[in-house]
Amino acid sequence: MAREKTLEELKRLARFKAQAKVLLAYCFLSAGALAMIAPFFWMVTTSLKEPGSIFSYQRPWWQDWIPTQFVWQNYVKAWVAVPFARFYLNSLFVSTCVTAGQVTTSALAAYAFARLEFPARDKIFFGYLATMMVPGAVTMIPVFILLRYLGWIDTYKAVILPGIFTAYGTFLLRQFFLTLPKDLEDAAKIDGCSYFGIFWRIILPLSKPALATLTTFTFMGSWLNFMWPLIVLNTHNLFTLPVGLSYFQSLHNTDWALLMAGSLMMILPILIVFLINQRYFVEGIKLTGIKG
Amino acid sequence: METQTVKKPFLKNSTKETLTAFGFLLPNFIGFLLFTSLPVLASLVLSFVRWDLFTPPQFAGLDNFIQLFRDPLFWKYCWNTVYLMATIPLSMAGSLMLALALNQKLKGIVFFRTVYFLPTICSGVAIYMLWRLLYNADFGLFNLTIAKIGEIFHLPLKGPNWLTDEEWAKPALIIMSVWQTVGGYNMVLYLAALQGVPRDLYEAAEIDGANSWQKFWKVTWPQISPTTFFIATMSIIGGFQAGFDPAFIMTGGGPNGSTTTLIYYLFNNAFQWNQMGYAAAIAWFLFLIIFLLTLVKWRSFGRAVYYY
Repeated sequence: MAREKTLEELKRLARFKAQAKVLLAYCFLSAGALAMIAPFFWMVTTSLKEPGSIFSYQRPWWQDWIPTQFVWQNYVKAWVAVPFARFYLNSLFVSTCVTAGQVTTSALAAYAFARLEFPARDKIFFGYLATMMVPGAVTMIPVFILLRYLGWIDTYKAVILPGIFTAYGTFLLRQFFLTLPKDLEDAAKIDGCSYFGIFWRIILPLSKPALATLTTFTFMGSWLNFMWPLIVLNTHNLFTLPVGLSYFQSLHNTDWALLMAGSLMMILPILIVFLINQRYFVEGIKLTGIKG
Repeated sequence: METQTVKKPFLKNSTKETLTAFGFLLPNFIGFLLFTSLPVLASLVLSFVRWDLFTPPQFAGLDNFIQLFRDPLFWKYCWNTVYLMATIPLSMAGSLMLALALNQKLKGIVFFRTVYFLPTICSGVAIYMLWRLLYNADFGLFNLTIAKIGEIFHLPLKGPNWLTDEEWAKPALIIMSVWQTVGGYNMVLYLAALQGVPRDLYEAAEIDGANSWQKFWKVTWPQISPTTFFIATMSIIGGFQAGFDPAFIMTGGGPNGSTTTLIYYLFNNAFQWNQMGYAAAIAWFLFLIIFLLTLVKWRSFGRAVYYY
């Protein structure tokens, strides 16, 4: 005969169910985390193995994950096999220029769109917006021809300049500027502050989160950009890291220990930047709702 | 009687503001004209000419587009591009499940979120090289694992030649993309959407005796549908332009063109075979599709604007 459950029993059941749910969530999340990390772990392990003994049927399986001896020499070999240091500097230079250029010109334009009155303002802004949906593939070919005509192919200019001017940065910052209160600016205007003064002393200091987001996304995008530098660069000494790494792969196609050492050297700086700035990534995604 | 003389400024205030505004706008605007808006027009013109960059361009009328529609390779690569978008529903389902688990107010969320974000952050050439190794037929992680499972259960299991088998190359790229995107931007967007669902809806559902499954399908799913729709359209728009980097590094577009996408075909036409006009026609075909998708997105968001 079924008897009524006492209140005490119901409470215990509810607590048990809640705990089971938490446990289940943790199991699921941990399995996911393991799947995310395992390939990276494999990468590190491979990079430390003796080249040519990446795999052997004679070894117990766990030695595929944890090598018995660590061959740090692989990193040195990879570093000197191609001009890695040069690739680093190239990438650093290109990404810094693109980021500085984009943040500067976008902020200036965004201020004009957000705060100043001038004829055809909204029409020009709509033109900016409209180009945001144009795929990069459409402009790629004419820009290449233009740069070729200017004789800039195979120079840093060809990599940097087209990356600087995006409607996206202007749009992002304009939206942010519009949310700032106007009182401060009005007060500054009465005190005789110029437009540039307002921009420099009021708008920019208040917009640090948006500027940090744009800086992070632009730098990352430029650092990882592969296709455009591949198209416009031919000289090895000008290669950015991704193109250089691809070139490295074409030279040492099956030298896995070296390839993984090289790949890790490319990933490491991004990883450090991400771990320091990860707050801005999350905020940035929520701020824009647009993929970076 | 005293007449007040007001000192007239050298320029009218509104003129001054206009000039200032143009000053602010100019650096960006010149670059925008040079590298975005004029190239869009130029590529339209290019799509009507035949040009190898070395001999003078020749007007070709609609020839490029006619050739495009008769080009069996073009349609094959269209199919490849669409096939690879199988990533999108798989990755979105995974993102949502991870977001649901993360939304339980557990300890260590920041840790998990950081770990899931790693593949997105480290994307690019290095990761594609890593996956080329993981897919290696003889000693890649996948086939080693499959062989190990076979050993344990005494089954004659043998993994496929992932990247060199026409049947398996596309699924291999899809698995990799899911791994890459599942914990990234989409998961963060889903998490934000889940946190925005009003609590009282759940409480009302609980009073009505709904179980977790019903609560998900009757409350959560409809409430986050704008996010789902947003992610889906953005991913499809991105999907049409995707596929160059991984294919270039991992398969070179092969085997037998099975991983060549539209953007890869465009790259080959423009920068390997110097067929600028034909490449521009491919670009405009892409543009047309993306334009239509964007219209769909705008229309739907006009209606669903309440949610945002």
